[in-house]
Amino acid sequence: MTSQRIAVERDPVEPGPDRPLTIWVDGEPVTGTAGQTIAGVLLGAGRRQWRTTREGGAPRGVFCGIGVCFDCLVEVNGLPDVRACLRRAQDGDVVADQGAPPSGGSLPEVTS
Amino acid sequence: MSKGLRHVVVVGAGPAGLAAARAAAEAGARVTLLDAADGLGGQYWRHLPAARPAGREHVLHHRWSTFGELSGALRANPAVTVVESAQVWSLERPDGGIRLNVLVGEPDAVGRAVLVLEPDALVLATGAHDRTLPFPGWQLPGVYSAGAAQALAKGERVAVGRRVVVAGAGPFLLPVASALLWTGATVVGVHEAAGPGALARGWLSRPWELAGAAGKAGELAGYVGELARHRVPWRPGEAVVAAHGDGQVEAVTIARLDERWAPVAGTERQVEADAVCVSHGFTPRLELAVAAGCALSPSRFVVVDDAQATSVPGVWAAGEITGIGGADAALAEGAVAGTAAAGGDLGVVRVAVRARARARGFAARIEAAHGVRGGWVRWLRDDTVVCRCEETTYGRVREVVELTGSHETRSVKLTSRAGLGPCQARMCGRTLQELLGDAPGGDSDAGGTAPGVDRRPLVVPVRLGDLASLPSTSASTSP
Repeated sequence: MTSQRIAVERDPVEPGPDRPLTIWVDGEPVTGTAGQTIAGVLLGAGRRQWRTTREGGAPRGVFCGIGVCFDCLVEVNGLPDVRACLRRAQDGDVVADQGAPPSGGSLPEVTS
Repeated sequence: MSKGLRHVVVVGAGPAGLAAARAAAEAGARVTLLDAADGLGGQYWRHLPAARPAGREHVLHHRWSTFGELSGALRANPAVTVVESAQVWSLERPDGGIRLNVLVGEPDAVGRAVLVLEPDALVLATGAHDRTLPFPGWQLPGVYSAGAAQALAKGERVAVGRRVVVAGAGPFLLPVASALLWTGATVVGVHEAAGPGALARGWLSRPWELAGAAGKAGELAGYVGELARHRVPWRPGEAVVAAHGDGQVEAVTIARLDERWAPVAGTERQVEADAVCVSHGFTPRLELAVAAGCALSPSRFVVVDDAQATSVPGVWAAGEITGIGGADAALAEGAVAGTAAAGGDLGVVRVAVRARARARGFAARIEAAHGVRGGWVRWLRDDTVVCRCEETTYGRVREVVELTGSHETRSVKLTSRAGLGPCQARMCGRTLQELLGDAPGGDSDAGGTAPGVDRRPLVVPVRLGDLASLPSTSASTSP
């Protein structure tokens, strides 16, 4: 695993105890802890890509980490174009690869 | 809240905005502090959220006690309203006044609460984000901006990799390497593009002035000691010129650079790494300042006077949007701006005025030592992605320039699609300008015919449904 969340018991920063939550990513359960962003949950579980680009079909995940680059866009509970690095994960969130980012100002249709 | 008090709105709750909000309240104003994040502190004091309170948060920060003092004072002051998760998405100037359109709620959610503010005075403390120059392979997962690595380490306690390379330019690389070490990662090396000559010119000239910036110098010295203890090599005059891997980063190529940042042939070496964190400086977040009509300097920072007033009456600015000076400068500028915006007496913030002068010298040194030099374009290849959103390559940009004969950034954007994706050229705008030699101008860009890449009438993308649900009249909502 490349990226990972630091285990609470060996973290020198001593974060509060884990309150586990599960999000569903393309049908698979991924576990994180309350207070993490969706990007934090995914990276913490060793997943570093969750979108493929429109032209090149290239994998993307987090780049800027602070909501500026829009590389980390995901569909959350049916709503596309959510920045995974900003949105706090909620237990049960359903996250899907939304493919291409919107272009020309029109947002893609929401699929159920 | 009393209607008679002067209403000051501060946008941004990093060091500058926090200091501005407190100073404005102390000077007698009613203050509304807005931040897009769901906590205070900005990027500098990014920390674990309330859901995961850390026992020893301070080990990751400098001046953590200052943050506690500022945020505590603001939360305790009945004249201050703090609105978190508040995204200002546009700024209008009705009849010369200021109107901020704000959406409050979860990021990118549908149906966020609408807040419209028409303050008597506005303090912009919107900060900056990292600037990363493109290089072959920088679009691979596992390549992060240095700020991302730090944000994930501080705000998530996530290690972006096990063997991490840090590269780019500027003193910011040091705290990033430190944050990575605190995640348990091995930092393979810190590669600073500035060579020994530029570093000496920036940092060794007029050494007596540095004594005045003891706080900042001490902070950096602390990081240098930490890197030494972990045996992390810091290598000036080097850059990551390519990242390699099948679907994600597996290795990087590091090369020596000449004084102009062009890679020196024959010095390339490959280093195994599962993550690389790169930042070549910072880009100020100018959207609101540009929308307000604030004059910009030729190097594209908001121009302010001694009281931090911008060229627009009623608008003050503080922190990184006025120059990259770090947290000490931001705190001092914020205190001055907040006091002035509230109509207070700057005599009472004399200490801040003096601190600001010292800290500004520091900003000039950073630029002299670490400012981007044009030779970096030599590490680009025709297939190097320049615009991450639209996947426009360097070769395509060159082709468009040849076909159209245009070096004007906007025209090349429209033809090549570079800079037209969802990030609205935040990542590639300045790179495109440099590649095209379309150097940004000064004041005229703020309202003239050649808007810089910083002009974005919508500060962030807004969902059509949210636009449709906005009130058509200018009902001023006071929190």
